[in-house]
Amino acid sequence: MIQNDRENLVVVRNLQKLFPVKAGFFGKARSFVHAVDDVSFSIKKGQTMGLVGESGCGKTTIGRLVLRLLEKTSGEVEFKGKNIFNLNKLEQKQFRREAQLIFQDAFSSFDLRKCVGDIVGEPLKVHGLASGSELTDRVADLLKTVGLKPELMREFPHTLSSGQKQCVGMARSIALNPEFVVADEPISALDVSVRAQVLNLLKDLQEEKDMTYLFISHDIRVVRWLATHIAVMYLGKLVEYAETEELFIQRHHPYTEALLNAVPVEDPFQRRERKILLGEVPSPVDPVPGCRFQPRCEYAVDRCRLETPPLVEKSPGHWVACFVDFHGAGDFS
Amino acid sequence: MSETSLQDLKPIPSPGRQIYKPKGIIRFFARFKYNKIALVALIILFVIFAISIFAPYLAPYDPAKGVLTERLRPPTLERPAGGGFPHIFGTDQQGRDVLSRIMYGGRVSLTVAFTVVGICFIFGTVLGLISGYFGGWVDMILMRVVDVVSSFPGLLVALAFVMVLGPSERNLIIALTVNGWMIHARMARSQVLTLRESAMVESARAIGLSVPGIVFGHILPNIISPLITVFVLDLGHQIAAEANMSFLGFGIQPPKSSWGLMIGEGRQYIASAWWLVTFPGIMIGLTLLCLNLFGNWVREEFDPLSRKQ
Repeated sequence: MIQNDRENLVVVRNLQKLFPVKAGFFGKARSFVHAVDDVSFSIKKGQTMGLVGESGCGKTTIGRLVLRLLEKTSGEVEFKGKNIFNLNKLEQKQFRREAQLIFQDAFSSFDLRKCVGDIVGEPLKVHGLASGSELTDRVADLLKTVGLKPELMREFPHTLSSGQKQCVGMARSIALNPEFVVADEPISALDVSVRAQVLNLLKDLQEEKDMTYLFISHDIRVVRWLATHIAVMYLGKLVEYAETEELFIQRHHPYTEALLNAVPVEDPFQRRERKILLGEVPSPVDPVPGCRFQPRCEYAVDRCRLETPPLVEKSPGHWVACFVDFHGAGDFS
Repeated sequence: MSETSLQDLKPIPSPGRQIYKPKGIIRFFARFKYNKIALVALIILFVIFAISIFAPYLAPYDPAKGVLTERLRPPTLERPAGGGFPHIFGTDQQGRDVLSRIMYGGRVSLTVAFTVVGICFIFGTVLGLISGYFGGWVDMILMRVVDVVSSFPGLLVALAFVMVLGPSERNLIIALTVNGWMIHARMARSQVLTLRESAMVESARAIGLSVPGIVFGHILPNIISPLITVFVLDLGHQIAAEANMSFLGFGIQPPKSSWGLMIGEGRQYIASAWWLVTFPGIMIGLTLLCLNLFGNWVREEFDPLSRKQ
């Protein structure tokens, strides 16, 4: 699975996104939601990076930032060696062709007055890649690729099942043959029965078209199955980053350990000694100084309350942001 | 999936589009299957428009020429002394035929109302779309302009405009337009705000669609139903506004006539000659009612979710 020979497709450096919290009528922003704070990582071509964390920790914001659907506060995102925040108009359009987004709830991303054929064919039309009967053929092919009948192109989205809607959304996202796809919780809105189908489709598409994924999810089991690398986020910060199997063998951050502990065991009679995380995620508005996980961390020392731990390489390819020499070992399967 | 089924699909020119475009007049009328009242309303509107347009050929009398011996005759089916078509809606204080005046007056009332609302709708909607989509200081400036213009009493501003420009039909249209565009801008803006942050817009941006493409291709078609409702309601409002202005002497100038001016002129005879205000009033009411019923049908028809399949 290691593909060190391949070049970096996406490089994120010190990315920060603050959302102002406005106060009063003419209020200047007095405080900020630190949605993404000083996050750096890179994804090599053909890899799948799984981004996990609780809801509200900034996963989705990162997904939008690396596609430039949101403007950054500071930092940079490089795609194929170019900073996506300083592209000219032509480069921007090219970038939109090469990087795509799969929505959590595909249905809400559709224009409901358009039929399936229009929805899937729109990217091709916008980039002038096909028109007329060629467009119809391409749309039919795309629908077949995602396992739908081409006849569906005349249906309207509200007549489809939730699994079909998600597949139509994916057909739209892959219509331009993107190299890089951000999948933002693509299966969380689906029934368990269709989840496997969509996940298999994602995996097949990747193998077939050599796509690179940023897979955002709160379900670490799904990420394990699909991702080559996992990045764990907590309150806007990356706390641990490693190859998937490495992470499941040993963890150096207490939060990652807690996340894995929260995964239910398949056998109801087998009880694992679980460490339940106490307390709640603190507000991301003007977060606590020091390590953001420190108020809930049972291993926290004084230093954690004063300094922000930097992301350091504990062992080759395994990055951790923690002052405590924590070792969580044991395989979760 | 076999190849033959793909071949079957080929004749579709643009997938799905044809569903919105009724081909031929029969398909258009078939759309009224579930709403017969709307069809009746549309037919009445057609008749009113046709009568207004063809007034010179239909009207039995010259609307401006009165016969003083025939003053203030009540509605009757008997032919007048000089012969000719009976004054079925009566005659006014100058002996002019009310029916003919209603026919000609409709032209003026409807022309003014449609022109004013048409200009206001286009201008206001475009400003509202820009304001709502871009937000920030653009929105701030445009909405403050709307606030300032709205804060003046509408009638006063219209009167001032006509006073400066001189009373005429064109100046009346200008004055009413200056007063009327804000509601369309506000409406469009508020509707855009509900969609601006939606996944639909994000998805359109993600595939690289341009801002005009997003605003006019996705946002406008999705917010058009409430805008059309306002369009129709504003038509009634502008017919009334034209009547007000004409009544005060700053709108349509006699001997030209409009429904509003007729009500204004007939007001002083209301106790003795009820027909002078009743028939123009019925015409205004009927037109507005039909516009509302038809507007409602359009709203339903534009929305694929509420359309009965």
